[in-house]
Amino acid sequence: MSYEARSWIFVTGVLVLLTAVTLIGQLLKRQPETGLNPAMIEAFNRRLRAWWLLLLLLAGAILLSPWVTVLLFFLLSFWALREFITLTPTRPGDHRALFWVFVLFTPLQYLLVGMQGWALQHKYDLYGFYSILIPVYGVLFIPARVAFSGDPKRFLERTAKIQAALIVCVYCLSFAPALLELDIQTPAAAPAAEVDSEATASPSSIKMPPPYEKWRNSLLLFYLVFMVQISDALQYAWGKLLGRRVIAPAISPNRTWEGFLGGVGSTALIGASLWWVTPFNQWQAALMSLVIGVMGFAGGMTMSAIKRDRGVKDYGTLVTGHGGVLDRIDSLCFAAPVFFHLTKLMFNH
Amino acid sequence: MTGPLLALIAKLLSGASVRWIDCQPDTCQRVYFANHTSHLDALVLWALLPYDVRVLTRPVAAKDYWEKGRVRRYLAGVFNALLIDRKEIKVHQSPVDLMLREIGDKYSLIVFPEGHRNIGNELDEFKSGLYYLCKKRPDLEAVPVHIDNLNRVLPRGEFLPVPLLSCITFGPPMWLEAGEPKAEFLTRARLAVQRLKEL
Repeated sequence: MSYEARSWIFVTGVLVLLTAVTLIGQLLKRQPETGLNPAMIEAFNRRLRAWWLLLLLLAGAILLSPWVTVLLFFLLSFWALREFITLTPTRPGDHRALFWVFVLFTPLQYLLVGMQGWALQHKYDLYGFYSILIPVYGVLFIPARVAFSGDPKRFLERTAKIQAALIVCVYCLSFAPALLELDIQTPAAAPAAEVDSEATASPSSIKMPPPYEKWRNSLLLFYLVFMVQISDALQYAWGKLLGRRVIAPAISPNRTWEGFLGGVGSTALIGASLWWVTPFNQWQAALMSLVIGVMGFAGGMTMSAIKRDRGVKDYGTLVTGHGGVLDRIDSLCFAAPVFFHLTKLMFNH
Repeated sequence: MTGPLLALIAKLLSGASVRWIDCQPDTCQRVYFANHTSHLDALVLWALLPYDVRVLTRPVAAKDYWEKGRVRRYLAGVFNALLIDRKEIKVHQSPVDLMLREIGDKYSLIVFPEGHRNIGNELDEFKSGLYYLCKKRPDLEAVPVHIDNLNRVLPRGEFLPVPLLSCITFGPPMWLEAGEPKAEFLTRARLAVQRLKEL
């Protein structure tokens, strides 16, 4: 079966699942005598709306062009970064450093990720550039620029905040769209003989990726985002059903060991059962989903810790009227780079 | 550049969300008075008003800042700023009289009664202009407005903004009570703005 056919089956399946869950959510809302907490149902429905939005946007963007997908993630990063920095107290001396973070590093990172497909066609790999732009150049630039502005008060603390914001909101998330141009070399998909004949057939030696590769990579990105969302939901559900032992009450009173282990375990099972949409075999898919679950949980815990420290419940209420983008993508920020790296380790040498 | 375009840019740049608490947008004549934290205050507050209110509202801004350079002068023209000379206040040409003459029976005003940008937690004492405005025109609705986080978008002494998120809160209108002393009214007005910060 081609990856195009698998894409349509998978996306249809996801839409059917979302529709079913949405219907359940609406039914629960209309029946007050279920004994469930109405605030909980409302939170559930709100979260569902965010899922619809994210998955529909992603599906639309993937269908249109890789550039639209990169643009979508750029906007998500940009908004998350705004929320992160708004929440974090900075001093006037940080202003110039922040300006370059927003105006130079964030767009440049996504520009490089977006240009990767074009660069690969010209036998040049931008991975070596976009994978170190922020961890090397950005992370060194920030403290230097802050130092130049001459305010030494709580210097390390301030620079660390800006560095963390740039790494988590921009660098980490950019690895999700970077999946689109990851050259995945599986024995089944690219037999050596076929590649040879193609190379001899086109003397210009520009190797155009066959169309099925595009579908496979798009599907991998969709798989990542879907599994992150599923893992969030399952951890929440297990925590509500069986949660007894809270991991760190001061950070998040809702996150329990039962929710964590149950959520990660069931995520791995679901991820393994969807192995046919990925380049992985069943065992690899289970392992990758396990990693997605663990990283997603780690992301949620980390963001909760930051929010607790600042005394707010979620990034959305910080500035009234905004949706709280960072609340929705914190798990994805942590899962994306690790997922990308492990996939690259396995399939791209 | 047209007004709506400038308003859109200001809204996107400041990431501003707006709250109306016990107050609705209206085209009646009003004095919006707000805490002053950044040079962007007047522009963003003006931009956040609905279109039909915005075209009838003139922000009062410092002449020495907004007349410096071609870009600023042009922008001040676009958002219809009422520029006040802070350095040369003449007796026969007081700012309050100028404002009242300019607004006629049509326009509303945006004023910053602290008189200077203040990034501290507490509001400074209000200057008396607001009191005289309300005294000479008791029909004007005085609407308190609180501006949050805009000073980080464009701090003092900077000229390039950083697009963070900010929040503007409009509070319930108030009027000068009959015979209310100046100091009492100004304190009441200041507390009205301060209260919006906690909401």
